[in-house]
Amino acid sequence: MAYTIKINGVNRTVEVDGDMPLLWVLRDELDMKGSKFGCGAGLCGACTVHVDGVAVRGCQTPISSVGNAAVSTIEGMAADPVGRRLQEAWLALDVPQCGYCQAGQIMSATALLRQTPHPNDADIDAAMTGNVCRCCSYTRIRAAIKMAAGAGAKS
Amino acid sequence: MSASRRTFLKVSAAAGGAFMLRATLPGAARAEASAEPLTAFVRIAPDGVVTILSKNPEVGQGIRTMLPMVIAEELDVAWSQVRIEQAPLDEAKFGRQYAGGSQATPMNYDPLRRVGAAGRQMLVTAAAATWMVPAAECRTESGVVYHDKTGRKLGYGALASKASKLPVPNLSGVTLKDPKTFKIIGQPIHGVENPKIVTGQKLFGIDTVVPGMLHAVFQKCPVFGGKVVSANVDAIKKLPGIHDAFIVRGQRGPDQQSLADGVAILAKSWWIANRVREKLDIVWDEGPTAAQSTKGFAEQAVALSQAAPASWLRRDGDAPGALKDAAHVVEAAYSYPFLSHIDLEPQNCTAHFQNGKVELWAPTQNPGPGQKLVAATLGIPESDVTVNMTRIGGGFGRRLRNDFMAEAAAISKQAGVPVKLLWNRADDMRHDFYRPAGFHFLKGGLDDKGSLVALSDHFVTFGQGSKLADAALMEVTEFPAALVPNLAFGQSVMELGVPTGPLRAPRSNALAFVFQSFIDELAHQGGRDPVEFRLAILGEPKVLPGGNGRGFDTGRMSGVLRKVAEVSDWANRGSLPARTAKGVAFYFSHLGYFAEVVQTTVSAKGEIKLDHVWVVGDVGSQIINPSGAENQVQGAALDGLGAALGQGITIERGRVIEANFDTVRPLRTDQVPPVEVHFLTTDHPPTGLGEPALPPVIPALCNAIFAATGKRIRGLPIDTDLLKV
Ligand code: FES
Ligand code: FES
Repeated sequence: MAYTIKINGVNRTVEVDGDMPLLWVLRDELDMKGSKFGCGAGLCGACTVHVDGVAVRGCQTPISSVGNAAVSTIEGMAADPVGRRLQEAWLALDVPQCGYCQAGQIMSATALLRQTPHPNDADIDAAMTGNVCRCCSYTRIRAAIKMAAGAGAKS
Repeated sequence: MSASRRTFLKVSAAAGGAFMLRATLPGAARAEASAEPLTAFVRIAPDGVVTILSKNPEVGQGIRTMLPMVIAEELDVAWSQVRIEQAPLDEAKFGRQYAGGSQATPMNYDPLRRVGAAGRQMLVTAAAATWMVPAAECRTESGVVYHDKTGRKLGYGALASKASKLPVPNLSGVTLKDPKTFKIIGQPIHGVENPKIVTGQKLFGIDTVVPGMLHAVFQKCPVFGGKVVSANVDAIKKLPGIHDAFIVRGQRGPDQQSLADGVAILAKSWWIANRVREKLDIVWDEGPTAAQSTKGFAEQAVALSQAAPASWLRRDGDAPGALKDAAHVVEAAYSYPFLSHIDLEPQNCTAHFQNGKVELWAPTQNPGPGQKLVAATLGIPESDVTVNMTRIGGGFGRRLRNDFMAEAAAISKQAGVPVKLLWNRADDMRHDFYRPAGFHFLKGGLDDKGSLVALSDHFVTFGQGSKLADAALMEVTEFPAALVPNLAFGQSVMELGVPTGPLRAPRSNALAFVFQSFIDELAHQGGRDPVEFRLAILGEPKVLPGGNGRGFDTGRMSGVLRKVAEVSDWANRGSLPARTAKGVAFYFSHLGYFAEVVQTTVSAKGEIKLDHVWVVGDVGSQIINPSGAENQVQGAALDGLGAALGQGITIERGRVIEANFDTVRPLRTDQVPPVEVHFLTTDHPPTGLGEPALPPVIPALCNAIFAATGKRIRGLPIDTDLLKV
């Protein structure tokens, strides 16, 4: 059936089964390839998007559950002040290795900083442990979150 | 486009490790183009923008940044002028194009410096001819040629057209920069694709879109090499959203790489195709290996260890006699499991077969053999197989094998449409080329001073007769060979149906655990400091056989070991609290010398907390990109810790049990300790960094656990139940 959802501020209509996960709506129906498929089981975080500002796993979120909620994806983060600060920190610290997990990492980090602008290590653990980086770029991911949080404090 | 005049520089490895250059200058008239192809690797536009082709696949090792850095340095351009493009697959033009074995640096560093220097020389020659001055009076800086005497200068962009008409100089004769004057090499240059990565742009194989394509899944037999007897494809085809479903007949022989039997399902969305798999009803012929199991292998290995090894790899002195006479003897059985690569981007490939030819978009570490495999699978000439290299979401050696390319090509041909094949996580974990499991039955003997006098290993591995399974080999040079007077390495072999292959730091990732743990056992048995005991075995600096003919320099190893003891404050480890301790290990692999210390705290419940890791590496005279290097080394060390703590593949009834990240557990951020990286620069040619930091971290952890708890870890992944108080 037809679903209209708001993605990065724009209404998009797709004709799909209600149980199709948001991840596959984004990737295959809307050709938004930034959100990644890693495990399909909520175990890796590569597919992380925001639904009303909350980080969720796109592979575990049926489109029928989205309703009128605002969905944001990595493609929309450059226009988001917190997302943008994180992207800049990621660039400043040369975080990515293969890069495959990084969209999901940035989405989880953005949701974290919106809730907790100055996270301590335990906050970062709680928000980011669901995001696997197979290349283990974790040290720089943590440093970039702290850098972005610091930059937020100054502005 | 009409054939434009091209200057091709061909750099290829010649016998004996020398490099040859062949410059090909097709005589066709030159068409005016906006960017001049100066060489096969470099184009220069009139505005001075320099496009450098990066020849190898990018798997996250930073190669797409690093190789162009080397060219740009010697070409003498500013990094800000440089644009980078992925070179197409053309090994005749670019030499071998693959990502594996930490080979890119040792194979390409010198040749690509020469490619850059040759380009610079051509631009200088062009400027000198324009000004009618001797080339020797000209100098370059940041993409500009200067003639200081007359105060004239010309940018590379203005010279490109003229320079591209010049013959390419002999690469062996070009003048290279003094490394002291480097402006790009040695600088922390950031990944060139980072801006696209952090904004979610299409880059990876999985992001490929070809007009009119369908999404495919491919169900293979859970037992490796099994064949389809029958499948309900007609019923599947009728399901909503399904465009096609069919049996693919495989060609898989003993090589285990060519096309496997299976059932393909095609739909407009991958999710629909994947969901329908639960309705598949396939009768399999599981073949001859359906009874194999991890448990069975372990029992068989123990049985084999009771008898003499089937063959000897090496026998120095008289190990059995010396063990009999030794003051202390330690006996231990070590084992390690099969491992999956768990690339975060599951295997995938997009293929478009039409008019007898096929084009592929493939996240492959090894596109050349992929092209050959596809040609053989479809029965078409290699020249009719075009391979586009995409960015790769993690390789770790998995994508040196190109089975997914053969599958995508075969499915596209059979379906008659372009197809994007994507594996789900279970496919990926259950159809890998696994790091082979292995079993070692060791004995070591010490004299009354605690010095190592004898060591023997009965290695039980996999293969068929004398042919070992892929990556299941132990070198005769394995440490401490040639450093112990009485040493015996024997080997016995079990048959295996499970495909195996290289995983980051192949062989070393397992053997380091075995030998550096056992050496530690011996050090403790003899009452010796584990660092001092290792230094004593390494002895006076000398070069032993090893390193693929390049030698194992014991002095370089002692150097990194001393340094890691210093930076980790090894001498004061006695002041750590109870159940907190440090462990040390070293390893030589992929021409890199690494020594590492891990500090861990083990709780009374057996939980392992990683406190700190110190890494010291010696990869020669130059770290090309310190930012990428640190990232690679930290990643490799953490990768090893993750494998040791949470990863192992179990075989039952010929098939893999694990299917996702709940049972094969990648390291997560709450487990990650600080990883301190130090490099010793030594006067040796630069070598690669993607792998050699991994092997020693596992025994360093296990040795720390022993120091903290008194419990010796002799099997992986680490069983924390053993560590409970
Ligand atoms: S793909 Fe959604 S959590 Fe892994
Ligand atoms: S950078 Fe490769 S998975 Fe994170």
